[in-house]
Amino acid sequence: MERIYLDHAATSPVHPDVFEEMKPYYEAFFGNPSSIHQFGREARRGLDEARDYIAGTIGASFEEIIFTSGGTEADNLAIIGYATAHKDEGNHLVTTKIEHHGVLHAFEYLEKQGFKVTYLEADETGLISSEDVARSLTDNTILVSVMFGNNETGAIQPVKDIGNVLKDHKAVFHTDAVQALGMEALDVNELGVDFLAASGHKINGPNGTGFLYARKGLTFSPMLYGGEQERKRRAGTENVPAIAGMKKALELIISERASRNEEYRKFRELMLGVFNKAGIDYQVNGPESGGLAHILNVSFPDVNVEAMLMNLDLEGVAASSGSACTAGSIDPSHVLTAMFEDERRSHSAIRFSFGYGNTASQVEKAAEIAVKIVRRLSGR
Amino acid sequence: MNTHMSDKRKEDIRVVVGMSGGVDSSVTAHLLKEEGYQVIGIFMKNWDDTDESGMCTATEDYNDVIRVCNQLDIPYFAVNFEKQYWDKVFTYFLEEYKAGRTPNPDVMCNKEIKFKAFLDHAMSLGADYVATGHYARVRNVNGKVELLRGIDKNKDQTYFLNALSQEQLQNVMFPLGEIEKPRVREIAREAGLATASKKDSTGICFIGERNFKEFLSEYLPAQPGEMQTLDGEVKGTHDGLMYYTLGQRQGLGIGGAGEPWFVVGKNLEKNVLLVGQGFHHPELYSDGLIAEGVNWISGDQPERPFKCTAKFRYRQEDHGVEVEPLENGKVKVRFDEPERAVTPGQSVVFYDGEVCLGGATIEEVIKD
Repeated sequence: MERIYLDHAATSPVHPDVFEEMKPYYEAFFGNPSSIHQFGREARRGLDEARDYIAGTIGASFEEIIFTSGGTEADNLAIIGYATAHKDEGNHLVTTKIEHHGVLHAFEYLEKQGFKVTYLEADETGLISSEDVARSLTDNTILVSVMFGNNETGAIQPVKDIGNVLKDHKAVFHTDAVQALGMEALDVNELGVDFLAASGHKINGPNGTGFLYARKGLTFSPMLYGGEQERKRRAGTENVPAIAGMKKALELIISERASRNEEYRKFRELMLGVFNKAGIDYQVNGPESGGLAHILNVSFPDVNVEAMLMNLDLEGVAASSGSACTAGSIDPSHVLTAMFEDERRSHSAIRFSFGYGNTASQVEKAAEIAVKIVRRLSGR
Repeated sequence: MNTHMSDKRKEDIRVVVGMSGGVDSSVTAHLLKEEGYQVIGIFMKNWDDTDESGMCTATEDYNDVIRVCNQLDIPYFAVNFEKQYWDKVFTYFLEEYKAGRTPNPDVMCNKEIKFKAFLDHAMSLGADYVATGHYARVRNVNGKVELLRGIDKNKDQTYFLNALSQEQLQNVMFPLGEIEKPRVREIAREAGLATASKKDSTGICFIGERNFKEFLSEYLPAQPGEMQTLDGEVKGTHDGLMYYTLGQRQGLGIGGAGEPWFVVGKNLEKNVLLVGQGFHHPELYSDGLIAEGVNWISGDQPERPFKCTAKFRYRQEDHGVEVEPLENGKVKVRFDEPERAVTPGQSVVFYDGEVCLGGATIEEVIKD
């Protein structure tokens, strides 16, 4: 049975070039980048090269990049770290109902610490409005967090507009760009963001690595205490091989950005084309066009999503129901629930996400398998 | 085995195993995998007991399912039947207690969840068979499925399976019915299964290790009242009739001389718990019963009275009875010998030798 992986938004395979790039850092340049001997220096060189390159890709400077264990840690560090350090300047925070849990649960934690949080609604297509952000601001607002591209629907938020809204406000602006990194051009100055969180493993880099961009001069409390790594903002020996891998992954995806976007849009059309031809009942969740090209979220209102996903898996097709679920969780996606009230629609949503290694014939085959299962489960 | 399966190779026969994270269902999956079937493990989450710290026994149990399935190299999934469980099992459980009876949620769980919601789900995954870790056997006789006692008489679970139909038992496998419990532990240890020394779960699944009284009081208002002898002598107070079951000795708090005190009855209208002295108090004995909602596993309704054996509670010895079919799904059961503490709400389950014929829910007892 051919296995077809259409869950790249969950995590993605490490690109062979990335793996090659990482190897010397396990074998030869294994030193601790803080050590003063030549082993340390070699590792340090790799670390600095990665930092320099990554900063350059988003219009940031070298010292504005803090390496973390991934997107969640970067989100937490910015949100909790900033709010905690600036609580005397205001206790109001703004975010949205469609954020990743790495953001949402950080805000829930801050609520328990006494902060007031405004959770903005999304429209039917999963978009946040910059006017809503403007209206939510008060003199006490110290931080606004709106993601760049949604991980479930692919909806790209008006981050630049929100950056403009916040230009003349004291609140700092954080964006979770984990799902957009590489696929979309990101420039922190153009966007007007003060914090940007990203991770390596969605773009064919290794798991367990990510970074936070933090605008120069912003103070925030660290989450980890220990050595003086990352200018005391993130203690712990840097994961140099993974960081070098993330750099390579970013290089690759940026060089292929246009072709990948085009390819994934074709995959999307191909898949929906198969559904149309088969005449099965489906609804696309998220914007009709202009979203992240690699994410396609579809509801099949006639079927039980659990049975659908299990059947897909048994036929070799890996997809997901939006966010990874715990033991038999019945909660439908918080993102889709925030977009529309139709429970049948949110309960029957499947996310297909394309990436490195996928071919048109795989996508077509997966779509045909999906059709077959939908037909069987809906008894039609 | 069904005839239409005979031409299928074992590796093409898909068996979905209901896995709880316990040793029994782990060994069930292991045995089927060893036999060469295409096995899939599914964990059912029927109840949410997440506490303030975010801990949930279902998550722990599912983690054990994951460990075992990875050891066996079989796919695993989790499904959620909380809503069905609440509607079909828990609501019934509370209603029964409200009516002063002692329900058996496991019988209902098998009928409505494991062999309905779960079975349907397994079929939607293209299952040829569903398997569970029940200690029972099934046998195909002339196109009909018979439910047989497990060979471990101490563990036999046909009592809980009495409400199943032909349709429900049609595509079922119970590999543990052929072995004894100690051997199950041994197999788990030999195979190095992660759950080999996991403690067996006890009590009603959604209550777990918690205090039963405390649990019930969260859902049903308790009405304390008097404890009286049959002559009306007040012996103390009770915490609420639902907390007591017929023949119970513990927790009455009546001291004094003579034989120990037992619950011998309930007067729902007056909210009085009736107590009497002595294990063999005559009030505890009955000569027959009326039961409702009878299920005959064969699907054939008996027309005339017949003799067989019966159990009135789980793990009880069989007793000789005569069963007389009545109207509206009821049966009248006459005991060969008077029986102690036959309890409304529990199942009466009928047997012909090894074969479990079916059962019904005890409505009332008959005293000559």
